[in-house]
Amino acid sequence: MSTNPATGPRSQGVLARIAEACDRPRVLGALMLGPAIIYVVAFVAVPFVLAIGLSLSDATVGNPNITNLVGLDNFTQVVHQEAFMLALRNSLLITTLVIVCLLVLATAATELLARDFRGKRLVQILFIMPWAMPVSLAAITWLWLLDSQFSPIDWILVQMHLLGPGGVWGPGRHLYYLGREWLGIGSLVFVDVWRMLPLATIIVLAGRLSIPRERLEQATIDGAGFFRILFRIIIPALAPVLIIAVLFTALLVIGEMSMVSLLTRGGPGHSTQVLPYWAYLKGIESGDLAQGAAIALFLFPVLLVAALIALRMAYRTQDG
Amino acid sequence: MAVLETRELKRHYGKILAVDGVNITTNDGEMVAVLGPSGSGKSTLMRMVAGLEEPTSGDILLDGRSVVGIHPKHRNVAMVFQSFALYPHMSVRDNIRFPLVSRKVPEDEQRRKLEWVTGILEIEDLLDRRPTRLSGGQSQKVALARALVRDPELFVFDEPLSSLDAQIRSQARGELRALHDRTQITTLYVTHDQLEALGLADRIAVINQGALQQVGTPRELYNDPANLFVAGFVGDPPMNLLNLGEAMLGARPEDFVPEDESSGDAAISVDVEIEQIEFLGAEWLAYGLVRAGIPEVDSHPPRVILRFRQIEEPRFVAGETRRFVVPKSRARYFDARSGERVMPPEVAVA
Repeated sequence: MSTNPATGPRSQGVLARIAEACDRPRVLGALMLGPAIIYVVAFVAVPFVLAIGLSLSDATVGNPNITNLVGLDNFTQVVHQEAFMLALRNSLLITTLVIVCLLVLATAATELLARDFRGKRLVQILFIMPWAMPVSLAAITWLWLLDSQFSPIDWILVQMHLLGPGGVWGPGRHLYYLGREWLGIGSLVFVDVWRMLPLATIIVLAGRLSIPRERLEQATIDGAGFFRILFRIIIPALAPVLIIAVLFTALLVIGEMSMVSLLTRGGPGHSTQVLPYWAYLKGIESGDLAQGAAIALFLFPVLLVAALIALRMAYRTQDG
Repeated sequence: MAVLETRELKRHYGKILAVDGVNITTNDGEMVAVLGPSGSGKSTLMRMVAGLEEPTSGDILLDGRSVVGIHPKHRNVAMVFQSFALYPHMSVRDNIRFPLVSRKVPEDEQRRKLEWVTGILEIEDLLDRRPTRLSGGQSQKVALARALVRDPELFVFDEPLSSLDAQIRSQARGELRALHDRTQITTLYVTHDQLEALGLADRIAVINQGALQQVGTPRELYNDPANLFVAGFVGDPPMNLLNLGEAMLGARPEDFVPEDESSGDAAISVDVEIEQIEFLGAEWLAYGLVRAGIPEVDSHPPRVILRFRQIEEPRFVAGETRRFVVPKSRARYFDARSGERVMPPEVAVA
């Protein structure tokens, strides 16, 4: 009996014909790649091109047609508003502070979790909790912790005589975390770090565990102490992973608006405003789609260049 | 230079006894190989000597001083890992200097030491390279230089040759021995490869299942194994072991002589059915089944491997049955139950 499909009995039925088509590399390749391409086009490329179009037009929620192009007018208008400089400053400041805190804390947490100790499993589970918690639930918790009247943190500070009459931090009994510019920004950084630390730690931990144990033991035998091993052996080996971790968390933090919208709503005034939330306020809440798109696109070239540089650095450090 | 001594050294992992009361004492400047199959506890023994693990009980002494509980940093023991464990992000120079920098050795002394050690190992032209750009042999030299640069009292080598290509291994073995003869640093050399142990070491400690089996010179181990494990583990192909009932007779492959060439007293004479003959250059190996000469050959004819060192072809072919004898001076006897070496039995076996 011949097994050659050209001379063999012609296959019957739809399924058989589909199976035969799938044997051809061109058909199979297109089928396999299809979903990914559709996904990228529908959810990345189209919105992105649409955003560029919107930012160059005078579209509003009431009249969302990209018909009347106005050039770069939206960008110049946005730049001249007071809120823009605040939002830009806060976006960059918050992202930078979050990344610095994350780098230090994730490296420290990794050193802890890479060791064996009693109850390690429990610590690991507790550690991942912030990442597993829904954003809204986390925000409710933090809104209570940072509440202007009922904050338990304030209460503890009063009990420690740091706050309240005779306290170091003034006679008032409340700090109003979310009602003051710098405390508000500090609170946002703190909550962002709390949320991002599990992800950053897992990325760094994966890199840390891939360092051969013999290399660390060799360093111990060579007479290096904890800090020399950390800074001369572990961190250089982690460099590619750390760069990737910084890139990912930076992109996540700089595009993140849920915490701002839930905690401070950018206030008081625009003092804790960030670009993504302001873009949302302008484009959706106020209905000025064009200006909203312009704000959202503002950081794109900066982020693109930063991402390319980071990826190049990661590749280069990996080469050794 | 130093004398290493382990006393009743034990190490448990939970219920598993990895090292079971090992006593080894080296001489000053001696190279001692610890030879054992994988899982025998030799790596645990080595890690305890280096200070990477603490013994459950027993003591480790360097020049009579106990080093148990002393951090590796403060034990002057240098180690070379199987993988060489070079620091990939540092140049060869920084790799070699690392132990000196860690111990805060002054700059000018660092430079002198670096020059001295790179001179010995002839790696001056590699100093600015990254470890990823080194061949296996070069990596080994850099790892040795990094271990040597700090003037250790004791070297611990963990299979340093097994990650090298087979072609350069014998050359590297010679260089390692030459380095040891020049520096005269007491060395503990851990390996599962008996060729490395036999070829390199002054004395060999054979270890199995955490327990020391025999310590002796390579010749002692080969000629007079203390028990069945050593007899079967040392030598390639291993010693042939024939069950005589109460005792086991051990004979090296080269100790079988064709009957017509033999002279003097024979310990045993057996009929061997040759199954296969192998030409290995300087020698021939013959694989066969013992058909007569020892008890119970009918049910389980034991397999033997014979070795002939000669240029011309053997005078027999596969399929033939021939009579071979083992001279009395070459036969070794072991207790069939305990496996320990025993004196030859009074009555010769027919």
